[in-house]
Amino acid sequence: MLIALLADIHGNREALTACLADAGRAGAERYVFLGDLIGYGADPAWVVERVAELVEAGAVAVLGNHDAAVLNPTDSMNAAAAAAIAWTRTRLDAAHCAFLARLPLTVEDGERLYVHASASAPETWIYVMSAREAFQSFRATHLRLTFCGHTHYPALFNESARTLPHHHVPAGGNPIPLLGQRRWLAVIGAVGQPRDGNPAACYGLFDSARNRLTYVRVPYEVELAARKIRRAGLPEFLAARLTMGV
Amino acid sequence: MAKANLKTGTLIDGFRLEEHLHRGGMADIWRVSRDDIDFPIVMKVPLLDFEGDLSLIVGFEVEQMIMAELTGPHVPRWIANGDFAVQPYIVMEQIAGPTLAKSLSGIPAIDEVLRLGAEMAAALSDLHQQHVLHLDLKPANILFRASGAAVLIDFGLSRHELLPDLLEEQFHRPMGTSEYMAPEQLLRVRSDRRSDIFALGVILYRLATGRLPFGIPARMRQVRRRVWRDPLPPRAVRPEIPAALQEIILRCLEPMPDARYPRAEDLMFELRHPDLVVTTERAERMRQSDFRTAFARRLRAGRTMREILASATREPPRAPIILVAVSLRPEAEALRQALLDASASVLVNMPGARLACVNVVLTSLIAIDENVDAAGDNIHIERLVALRNWAQPLQLPKGKITYHLLEARDVTNGVLEFARSNKVDHLIVGAPARGGSGGKVSARLAVEAPCSVTIVRAAREIEAGTEQPAMPAA
Repeated sequence: MLIALLADIHGNREALTACLADAGRAGAERYVFLGDLIGYGADPAWVVERVAELVEAGAVAVLGNHDAAVLNPTDSMNAAAAAAIAWTRTRLDAAHCAFLARLPLTVEDGERLYVHASASAPETWIYVMSAREAFQSFRATHLRLTFCGHTHYPALFNESARTLPHHHVPAGGNPIPLLGQRRWLAVIGAVGQPRDGNPAACYGLFDSARNRLTYVRVPYEVELAARKIRRAGLPEFLAARLTMGV
Repeated sequence: MAKANLKTGTLIDGFRLEEHLHRGGMADIWRVSRDDIDFPIVMKVPLLDFEGDLSLIVGFEVEQMIMAELTGPHVPRWIANGDFAVQPYIVMEQIAGPTLAKSLSGIPAIDEVLRLGAEMAAALSDLHQQHVLHLDLKPANILFRASGAAVLIDFGLSRHELLPDLLEEQFHRPMGTSEYMAPEQLLRVRSDRRSDIFALGVILYRLATGRLPFGIPARMRQVRRRVWRDPLPPRAVRPEIPAALQEIILRCLEPMPDARYPRAEDLMFELRHPDLVVTTERAERMRQSDFRTAFARRLRAGRTMREILASATREPPRAPIILVAVSLRPEAEALRQALLDASASVLVNMPGARLACVNVVLTSLIAIDENVDAAGDNIHIERLVALRNWAQPLQLPKGKITYHLLEARDVTNGVLEFARSNKVDHLIVGAPARGGSGGKVSARLAVEAPCSVTIVRAAREIEAGTEQPAMPAA
């Protein structure tokens, strides 16, 4: 089965549309949303509705920290993120919020765990940036494969019974075999706000039959998404970073 | 982990063990069969007692991962991997020939050294183009197909540039075979393609002289010696070695990666065209550097190692080959300036590029004369002079331009064969005259060339074209 993994959409309609179209062409049979549907971008309502439709049709979605922040105000966000959350709250109706409130923190699916941040205390939203956090996340689950988002930096960690986690930065758009005797943690880059210097949207395609994961980059109408952010009166920085991928 | 009782007749995942062929240091090799496979295949099974040595387990994982990605004639065709939880193995095509290590009886003739070297460099070039660095090249890991093509095996220490490197952060000691290892590998650099060029240099040295350039270091620490101690020049061991071959070998063995060939294709080109090698002081050396020089180098070896590390982590300079197909017929004179201009502009846009001026001598032309040899020779000298004269306005220094007369039955095949066997990066050819019948060459080259093709039209033809009467309106 070909599974499309989409993280950190952040209300970016253009990026989500492009990724869903790409996944559809590739033959994706299942969609998994790894949290942060909203925050930062100008189309939170549209994104929540689109994802809710897909969940209705069998897709899986987990809760992200921005989704949670819309429901329960928190003081742990930076100014731009907090401003975006406050604005987002005005764009969502009760049905949108009810959908977000129903999202679980984690979903187990066979040998796969879906979670927004580290599997270790998911509700504390730990960024898996290095082998150190990957090690903690591996300890927190017995499942072989963990798929998460949150950092906006594509990364792939693996460990075996006798080796410490190793950090790999995917670079080629080529399928990577997730060797069966190892455990893997894949941080899928962001659909809606990539920060690794490449403005193209990033999502993952996992072929469960062949055990191969591909990090896919999809160019989309970045300028349009940025214009909408400016028009909505959101912080300029949120528009500028989209075009640069930072 | 692996089950112990493998014997003839045992079935593993549909593969029947037929014959135990070989026990290596790390694995058993069995000839196996499966009904739906009609070519010879072998199964590589890691030895049981590797439980203790983690690097062997990870090395086998690496080999499983990388072999499944590789294709083409220069690697054994991969068939299947066995699950570690049940019975780890790799099933692959059996390559009949003995390894280079086993076929090394005596010292081959110089021509044979060049031929084998070029085949190995071609195989390495193919591997690198698939983003894989071998990192443990040695005669025991190289075989030859009946066609002469080299096949590289044993990818247990290899690195795929686009896949996680399972060996990189796991082991804090250098890995490889000390005799063949590049100095940067001592520093655990696993990302420089030129480490493979160094190993190939050691193999070439051994082929050409029968000796190893740095001996057999007993301990990994002694590998550091090759950073400051230059090898005995090959010609001091075997005087008949041509200066060009010594230049090639010693350039591969430079401690500094930047001083070696930047790509396997460049090494292959020089091995195929030793007469075009631009020799330096390396080619003339007849003895090792004296005691004082070596001692001074030894004192600054630590600094040199840091420079090697810096060099190994820099992007290597590229030296693309641009082929310009030159016609020396009088009617092609109109095209000459256009071809020269196109060559110059491509050279400007590809820093480090070299221009290969190619002219095809039709074999039918040589055979006309009764005295074939003499006539052939005359044609060659005349043509070579004409070719040099043709390119003279470019004023390119030696080393940036080479001249090649090819004998072929037709122009297209001659140019294509050269472009393929030398991995040419860009091809420049003249367009046929308008309305003429000579369009087949450039059209076929555009379709079949293994690289980008620029088709050039003479300026006068372009002007003439605009003056043609417009088509009557329909």
